[in-house]
Amino acid sequence: MISFERVSKRYDEGYDALRDVSFTINKDDLVFLTGHSGAGKSTLMRLIMLMERPTRGDVLVDGINLASVGSRAIARHRRDIGVVFQNHQLLFDRTVFDNVALPLVICGYDHREVGRRVRAALDKVGLLERERALPVTLSGGEQQRVGIARAVVGRPKILLADEPTGNLDPALSAEIMTLFEDFSKVGVTVLIASHDLALISRLHHRIITLREGRLVTGTAT
Amino acid sequence: MSRAKGREGASQSRTDWRDQYNSWLRHHRLSAADSLRRVLEHPWSSLLTWMVIGIALALPVGLNLALDNAQIVSAQWDSPAQISLFLKSDLAVEDARRLELQLAGADNISTTALIPKDAALEEFRELSGFTDVLASLDENPLPHLIIISPVPGLAPQAVITLQEELLAMPGIEQAVLDMEWLQRLNSLMELGHRIVYALGAMLVLGVALILGNTIRLAIENRREEIVIVKLVGGSNAFVRRPFLYTGLWYGVGGGVIAAVLLGLTLWLLQSPAQNLAGLYQSSFSLQGLGLMGGLNLVVLGGLLGLFGAALAVSRHLSHIEPR
Ligand SMILES: Nc1ncnc2c1ncn2[C@@H]1O[C@H](COP(=O)(O)OP(=O)(O)OP(=O)(O)O)[C@@H](O)[C@H]1O
Ligand SMILES: [Mg+2]
Repeated sequence: MISFERVSKRYDEGYDALRDVSFTINKDDLVFLTGHSGAGKSTLMRLIMLMERPTRGDVLVDGINLASVGSRAIARHRRDIGVVFQNHQLLFDRTVFDNVALPLVICGYDHREVGRRVRAALDKVGLLERERALPVTLSGGEQQRVGIARAVVGRPKILLADEPTGNLDPALSAEIMTLFEDFSKVGVTVLIASHDLALISRLHHRIITLREGRLVTGTAT
Repeated sequence: MSRAKGREGASQSRTDWRDQYNSWLRHHRLSAADSLRRVLEHPWSSLLTWMVIGIALALPVGLNLALDNAQIVSAQWDSPAQISLFLKSDLAVEDARRLELQLAGADNISTTALIPKDAALEEFRELSGFTDVLASLDENPLPHLIIISPVPGLAPQAVITLQEELLAMPGIEQAVLDMEWLQRLNSLMELGHRIVYALGAMLVLGVALILGNTIRLAIENRREEIVIVKLVGGSNAFVRRPFLYTGLWYGVGGGVIAAVLLGLTLWLLQSPAQNLAGLYQSSFSLQGLGLMGGLNLVVLGGLLGLFGAALAVSRHLSHIEPR
């Protein structure tokens, strides 16, 4: 589903965030991505979302080489991917409901379907009763869960999560991880960047580790 | 989750275009309503924008209306143009009378009046008070005079041709046309129209730029939101749409204000204009914008709004990319 072939990424400032990275993630895999801060985890995810283009090498998603996806097709590509951002990226002047509904509104679902799906997603992250709240009135962990609900509401083929449990307590983290596992069981490819080694080693999934932009484990598929 | 797969399958099917059309329509409705809500959320600043656009639109259109009205008035003045024919001084009164009759028969002349030289001298004596001086003259120095007026509605050029024909007739020494001021007025009016068009073009450009700037500010205010919408898969068209509608609403509002301003001005001027026309025994009444003219203004405003917004959006939206 996702494959990196000798991918390098050098930012304009001349810093090599990724160096010669190759790996493949199959459909309905759940894979953890770890590494020290600045190792290139977010960069790797940005390449999958086409927020950045690789300096060298190819990224393939669902059999399509992303180099062939032009700027006009980026929006289409992103609709197949649900993303939980490290910095939430919520709309602070909209309610929780409207934030979660955004991907569905973009895809043009009618409002009854939107309502149904948004409530189902909010229910999964335990925020159903806060749907009318504004994000500023929520705690960091609650905001993160709004971001998770928004990522899964459109039933994407791929789910990318950048530190999705960074602000959550252990019990809630475990619950969210179970939610992600459920998704991978129904055919969603899930890639989760996390520092929480204790949590992810307990879950027995494949782990890809980056160190200074190089892959150290997890090359095998 | 089985529905997720169902939908994937459905998106390949033939009903796909219908779905897409419906969702496209739905998003247009949403964008239009959302943009309108945002415009109305700040009624004072929106009203200010509307007023600026309204005045900028009303100014050239109003001036043009004023010129049109002036032209109608001056068209009514065309008919009383007169040609004074000074006859050869050796012509006898009987010959002058015969000439007058001949002229009265021409089909582009409506009235003729003969003022024999004796009557002219008498009139001059009364008016000038130079009784003694004139009495000392042994011969009347004035010629016979025939004053003719062309048939009403004769074009200025035809009147000039008539004047030249009359001048060529035997017995006529001079043919003086009292119309030069009218021609001057007409060419002034023509100049006025051109100035108004130039002014109008400038103001219309100004309106587009004002709207462009307003939209640019709206884009800056919603930068974060644009980034997020793009991150979760909003296309450029999707991001663009609300701003185009914002421009449309500003433009339409400006057009309405312009139509109202002009209507109000005309309404205020209507009765003074009628009074004035009454004093001159004229049936003239002010020509207004009319319903169609008003609607055209609103449509023009809307189009300008869209144009200004498209300008701003194409310049500023592409710079906003998720980082
Ligand atoms: N837009 C950018 N321009 C320049 N350098 C960047 C940019 N984004 C990231 N970097 C650099 O690339 C390196 C990798 O960054 P990245 O965000 O991928 O790290 P990370 O593994 O996600 O770290 P963290 O765990 O702290 O989130 C960092 O050294 C960072 O300074
Ligand atoms: Mg990161």
